Amino acid sequence: MSAIYILLAISIVVALVFFAAFIYAVRKGQYDDSYTPSVRMLFEDEVVKAPSQKIKTEIKKSN
Amino acid sequence: MSENNCYHCGDTCGQTGIKFDDKEFCCNGCKTVYEIFASNDLCNFYDIQSAAGATPKIVEGKYNFLDNLSIVDKLIEFNDGDVQVVNLYIPHIHCSSCIWVLENLNKLNSSVNTAQVDFPKKTVRITYKCDDFSLKELVLLLSRIGYEPYISLNDYDKENNSIDRSLIYKLGVAGFAFGNVMFLSFPDYFDLSTSESTGGEFWLNQYQNVFRWLMFTFSLPVVFYAGNDYFISAFKGLRSKILNIDVPIALGVSVLFIRSTLEIIFDWGSGFFDSLTGLVFFLLLGKFFQQKTYSFLSFERDYKSYFPIAVTRITKNGKEENTQVNDIKKGNRLLIRNEELIPVDGILINGKARIDYSFVTGESEPVEKNSGDKIFAGGKQLDGAIEMEVLKSVSQSYLTQLWSNTVFQKDKTSNFQTLTDSIGKRFTIVVLTIAFVATTFWLFYDSSKAMNVFTAVLIIACPCAIALAAPFTLGNMLRIFGRKKFYLKNTQTIEKLAQIDTAIFDKTGTITTSKKSTATYEGMPLSIEEEALLKNTLRASNHPLSRSLYNLLAEQNILSLDEYEEYLGKGVEGRLDGEHIKAGSAEFVGDKSLNDTLNTAVHVSSNDNYKGKYVFHNEYRAGTTEVFEKLSEKMQIAILSGDNEGEKKRLEDLLPKLTPLYFNQKPESKLQFIKSLQNQHKKVLMVGDGLNDAGALAQAEVGIAISENVNVFSPACDGILDASMFQQLPKLIKLSQKGIQIIKWSFVLSLIYNVVGLYFAITGQLQPVIAAILMPLSSISVVLFTTIMTNLIGKELD
Repeated sequence: MSAIYILLAISIVVALVFFAAFIYAVRKGQYDDSYTPSVRMLFEDEVVKAPSQKIKTEIKKSN
Repeated sequence: MSENNCYHCGDTCGQTGIKFDDKEFCCNGCKTVYEIFASNDLCNFYDIQSAAGATPKIVEGKYNFLDNLSIVDKLIEFNDGDVQVVNLYIPHIHCSSCIWVLENLNKLNSSVNTAQVDFPKKTVRITYKCDDFSLKELVLLLSRIGYEPYISLNDYDKENNSIDRSLIYKLGVAGFAFGNVMFLSFPDYFDLSTSESTGGEFWLNQYQNVFRWLMFTFSLPVVFYAGNDYFISAFKGLRSKILNIDVPIALGVSVLFIRSTLEIIFDWGSGFFDSLTGLVFFLLLGKFFQQKTYSFLSFERDYKSYFPIAVTRITKNGKEENTQVNDIKKGNRLLIRNEELIPVDGILINGKARIDYSFVTGESEPVEKNSGDKIFAGGKQLDGAIEMEVLKSVSQSYLTQLWSNTVFQKDKTSNFQTLTDSIGKRFTIVVLTIAFVATTFWLFYDSSKAMNVFTAVLIIACPCAIALAAPFTLGNMLRIFGRKKFYLKNTQTIEKLAQIDTAIFDKTGTITTSKKSTATYEGMPLSIEEEALLKNTLRASNHPLSRSLYNLLAEQNILSLDEYEEYLGKGVEGRLDGEHIKAGSAEFVGDKSLNDTLNTAVHVSSNDNYKGKYVFHNEYRAGTTEVFEKLSEKMQIAILSGDNEGEKKRLEDLLPKLTPLYFNQKPESKLQFIKSLQNQHKKVLMVGDGLNDAGALAQAEVGIAISENVNVFSPACDGILDASMFQQLPKLIKLSQKGIQIIKWSFVLSLIYNVVGLYFAITGQLQPVIAAILMPLSSISVVLFTTIMTNLIGKELD
């Protein structure tokens, strides 16, 4: 049954990865302005930078 | 969009429209912007949102101060010699087209590397190469396309304010730990009554220590990082001998943590780590929800946000130089260009001043000044350039010295006891009493359980739901108010607003609109011919009063005058078929006896015989009478005006009888007036609009600024009310009182949960799973209750 150790370790590592991604996103200022990116992504390929909104939703799932 | 609207800015073109490239433009400025966009492949701007542009207003020499490197250094955020980064506030940002065009700025100038718009804050962060480009050129480029940045003294003095993201981090940590601890608690939830001795799942029992210590690890950052605010606040409260709501919370959290740790060390049970992390997570969620900010508004503005960074000083040998505003000294000579703000008090030396003091008083009618007159800081010059001699430095000027009053240093939030805190005090006392009584009882009855009961009481009584009631109710109210264009600084303002018993109003700009569109005629009646001549004379004049009067006079045939002359600052004169009419100031018209300066008036004379005058009135906001009638039922009201008594009679007719009216109030005396009311234990609401009300707004319990355009102007205050919602003011106050009622009801609701929980705790049968169910259940039902109720009462506003 020591498989439980591996499973626990995996689950915690996965959770920590998402947690780190969340911290990274906050630190990069992705939560400072939650409106403009939603408009920016609708522009036709002129703007190169398209900040990812995905991380936000994934983090919530992981909790 | 009708045919006759400008393709660029959407204004009506009228007959002066310009046709270019099959499109109509209202002026050359708009056309130029279109040309710039068209030639740089930026016409997408018009496809995203039609007519989104602004007419560029370029004032020659306005940004010359950006040649001064020490000023530029203060403005830019980052500079490594090759690349500079600047964050500019651009008030015109209002739609997706704006975002698009600003983020494509590099198409207009290749020196711009990147530009990123923060739409809610209306700022754009621009990175540019500075070897052949400068901040001045960048600002001019933006101005040319109608996106003129707003650079004020505030930008110059600002410290590097980093954004406080700690709440998001804490929320993230607590949420992360909460989810994982819940997950790790599952074996215990399913395996409640079993243990090794009684059977049950072998492997769950085998590994339960791993699960428990993992939970313990997850709870460490929650207690010591995410929840540390509660400990700090409780400690601060205790030190100043106040039992705030954070005391029982901190007590609950620490008891939860200590008991759970002891339980897993001595293998008594699984501990309450799930409840612990959940509690902190929910509390932080409440805090986060309460923290609704309107980033496009600023509630902290003082005069610095309106004053320019630099002005043009004329040196002794007649040269112009750019000087930082704080360096201006008494005796300096300054050049104030058209549309520039006068930064200091002084004497007009040269030129004709027409000064708009609307920033200061809310009065939109410009004041005319002649050389030798004293002019005060805060006014905006409207007609051409003037020269002035400085009498006082910036911080000592008539207006700005108001900010040296201590009221601006005080933090209003610190000495206000919220409803939650006052409940928290009684709550803590009751809970501690119950805990000690129950423990004493168990000490005699079954001493082995005494400690268990003591901790259980403190755990279950942790006022999570109570602490959530106010943030969610008030946070939601804040959003409802925001949708109705009533923007409040924080949730505390709602609580204060509910307690108001005195309301003080400024007059000009607050209960009057900025337009002057009514006038009454006093004097000898004009004949039909005279009126026709008057109207035709006024037709040619561009003076605002002429325009207003022209629109007020009855429709007349258009006659072409034999002779027409406009005397700047005096009046107009027209001649037709030997008849002769003059309109303007009393002196100009030839009536020196009547020196009536109380009202804005246009005097008229026909063939040099004085006829009479048109007296202009401030137009009062729609519903002023009803607002005052409704408010006077419940509270004392008064008018505190900086103006003269000219409008006294009209106000008396308009307002409920015996409303006290005070005129000629200086900014400082407005503040003192509020203070004296507060000394009589009144809770004062101040409604104002100009910088001259800033002191009173800061002193009052609640200071609300009325604003016709919320993006443009408002002094430091607790709330900004859009002028169109002025009629709703009594309703808004009533609504905040109802909000407080909702909080009280949710206190009752959460107390019921506490009583149920206390039953389990006192009888010594509190299981972790009961705590884990009760805590979220009570929190969620309180949140649901407050959300539904606030939305229900919010409907009243529609």
